Amino acid sequence: MKSTLKLALGLASAIFASTAVSNVAHAEDLTLCWAAWDPANALVELSKDFTKETGIGMKFEFVPWTNYADRFLNELNSHGKLCDLIIGDSQWIGGAAENGHYVKLNDFFDKEKISMDDFVPATVVGYSEWPKNTPNYWALPAMGDVVGWTYRKDWFSRPELQKEFKDKYGWDLGPPQTFDQLKQVAEFFQKRQIDGKTVYGASIYTERGSEGITMGAMDVLYSYGFQYENPKKPYEMEGYVNSEKSVKGLEFYKALYDCCTPPGASNSYMGEGVDAFKSGQVAMHMNFAFTWPGLQKDENVGGDKIGYFVNPKGPDGDQFAQLGGQGISVVSYSDKQESALKYIKWFANKDVQAKWWSLGGYSCLNAVVKDPKFPASQPYAQTFLDSMAIVKDFWAEPSYAPLLQASQKRFHDYVVAGQGSAKDALDGLVKDWTQVFQDDGKM
Amino acid sequence: MLNRTADNVARATPEPLAKKIRGISDKGLAWLFISPTILLLLAINIFPLFWAIYLSFTNYRANRPNEVVKNLGFANYQRILGDQDIWIAMQTTAHFVFWTILLQTVIGFTLAWLIDRKFRGHAFWTTIILVPMMLSPAVVGNFWRFLYEPQIGLFSYVISFVTGIPPTNVQMLSNVELAPWSIIIVDTWMWTPYVMLICLAGLRSIPEYIYEAAEVDRASNWRQFWSITLPMALPFIMLAVLFRGIENFKMFDMVNLLTGGGPGSTTEVASITLKRQAFESWRTGYSSAFAIILFVAVFGLANIYVKALNKVKQR
Repeated sequence: MKSTLKLALGLASAIFASTAVSNVAHAEDLTLCWAAWDPANALVELSKDFTKETGIGMKFEFVPWTNYADRFLNELNSHGKLCDLIIGDSQWIGGAAENGHYVKLNDFFDKEKISMDDFVPATVVGYSEWPKNTPNYWALPAMGDVVGWTYRKDWFSRPELQKEFKDKYGWDLGPPQTFDQLKQVAEFFQKRQIDGKTVYGASIYTERGSEGITMGAMDVLYSYGFQYENPKKPYEMEGYVNSEKSVKGLEFYKALYDCCTPPGASNSYMGEGVDAFKSGQVAMHMNFAFTWPGLQKDENVGGDKIGYFVNPKGPDGDQFAQLGGQGISVVSYSDKQESALKYIKWFANKDVQAKWWSLGGYSCLNAVVKDPKFPASQPYAQTFLDSMAIVKDFWAEPSYAPLLQASQKRFHDYVVAGQGSAKDALDGLVKDWTQVFQDDGKM
Repeated sequence: MLNRTADNVARATPEPLAKKIRGISDKGLAWLFISPTILLLLAINIFPLFWAIYLSFTNYRANRPNEVVKNLGFANYQRILGDQDIWIAMQTTAHFVFWTILLQTVIGFTLAWLIDRKFRGHAFWTTIILVPMMLSPAVVGNFWRFLYEPQIGLFSYVISFVTGIPPTNVQMLSNVELAPWSIIIVDTWMWTPYVMLICLAGLRSIPEYIYEAAEVDRASNWRQFWSITLPMALPFIMLAVLFRGIENFKMFDMVNLLTGGGPGSTTEVASITLKRQAFESWRTGYSSAFAIILFVAVFGLANIYVKALNKVKQR
């Protein structure tokens, strides 16, 4: 009996000890939170090197884009410990900095000799700084992204279509340089029969629930002359947001939606856009650059069949594009900040950044993107570089969410539901945004 | 026998415990038993309600816990009641509630009446009719989104077949006029069986001898329906209307899945607006005030309705 008891005790101790050892082994595992998309898979692959080098395991919490903001902003607001590292959207930076969700990285950057001058300037301002244009860093630029366009190169190069197009519009069918040209191309392809299938002009952002239609409309409005505020008087929006040029831009976006999108594309964002392009429904496709590696590899529409172009110019020759992308931050509620900082240090390394680009991530490191071999490294690399040079971003204020909601509503009401005029929508937007800033005590 | 068992239990109870129990009155014992439930209710229902009422008078934002919370008095309520967008959302909700209840009641009662005829295979058809109700709203929402798809959706093709309109022109979810109806159709498809079940229970509760007496009096089928069936099933119909009314007033899942409130704001019902204010804009105080207004509206209307229901039952 005694020996049986000893055996049982020994076995129990062994099981307990093995569990404890395994817990110790995983105690330093880091959890990285991001959106569930192609670049996230590339990051999983890349991070295996980090585990190999440091012995620190990596776990990942990826949430689909439609729930990404809800899920992780809830996590941060409730001071949750789920994420040690987070790749948060560029617009979160103001709120995350002011509410203490992110660890300020200035001292760490100084200590580790990580210089923000080594990164593409637009990404530093967009993903890392708060307040904007001040040397206060809350993230390391991680994933460069920008709205651009893809087109069906194979359709554009068909001689019969080229001839018909030239006869009709008087210029050679090719990637449009201006928005007027883009609309002409879209109209040309709308409801055209190609290989026995009806195709449509363009897929653009029209999604209502999160940020889709704002990202799409702003992509056009910037080049038409839209400004968020008086450059000399912050938060003064009257005459800037609803300027005549802005009205023209929004009218153009509605006209493009009405004339040249596939039927039922009233709630379309990144995923729906990719589906429309991949299934051969559309001649052109507005989307963030992160979708390009996947499309390039696609058997039906990729390879030689796809081309890329930068967001076209507005009527006055201005050319801007909506910034996407994110920086990587250390969550201030994490118990593993030291290990998380180790990850950031590792991620900032030039070789790691080069591998990040080769796996399908978009590096923001100058050493990678300014490498002479970079433009030829992928068919879309030059378009990405050109697009990143002309970016503008949405408000990154702590109140970005209500600001975004207001634009989602105003733009969708006008563009998709056809209610009121563009002027009404933008006047309403000024009213809504003024209210938000007044509530914040900024006006 | 029962007394003997009780005596045995009493004798078997250890003396110290017995002394303690002897000290508790029946009322005390009753409170002891129900107190866990009451505590749970207080914690998850009553406390949040009072907390929400408190927050509704403040500028509190859940995403800014470090900010000073200011008392705003009735400012949130005034702002909501003066906000045109809120009234539009309330109108959309009322439109949705009215049409879904009307359709579900008419179709549900008709189906119940037919099933009550007990024709051959009625049990099989009852099961078939009940299937939509058994599905998850998430499944139903996604399923119907595909059906409504203008390019590949079966619904669009059926409409096209019947009317001759090209299927790509049948844009149920994108068209401002059709989008509200697309949700009404799905909700009616899913929840009519529920109304049917309640109505069927009502119809089956009518004693057969009343119809026999009516037959003796040579009352026509129509007369029997108006004078016996409908009045006696009315409390059940009203109960079904109450349940569906409360459910549809707070409808969220189907709207969110099918249209997300769009196109524009044409299907933005009150619960969608509330969710956007509370969990996307993080206006916690403001959204608490809106939730209280909705609660009072539903509570008030339901009370009036229950009084009417009781009157009908007493007739």
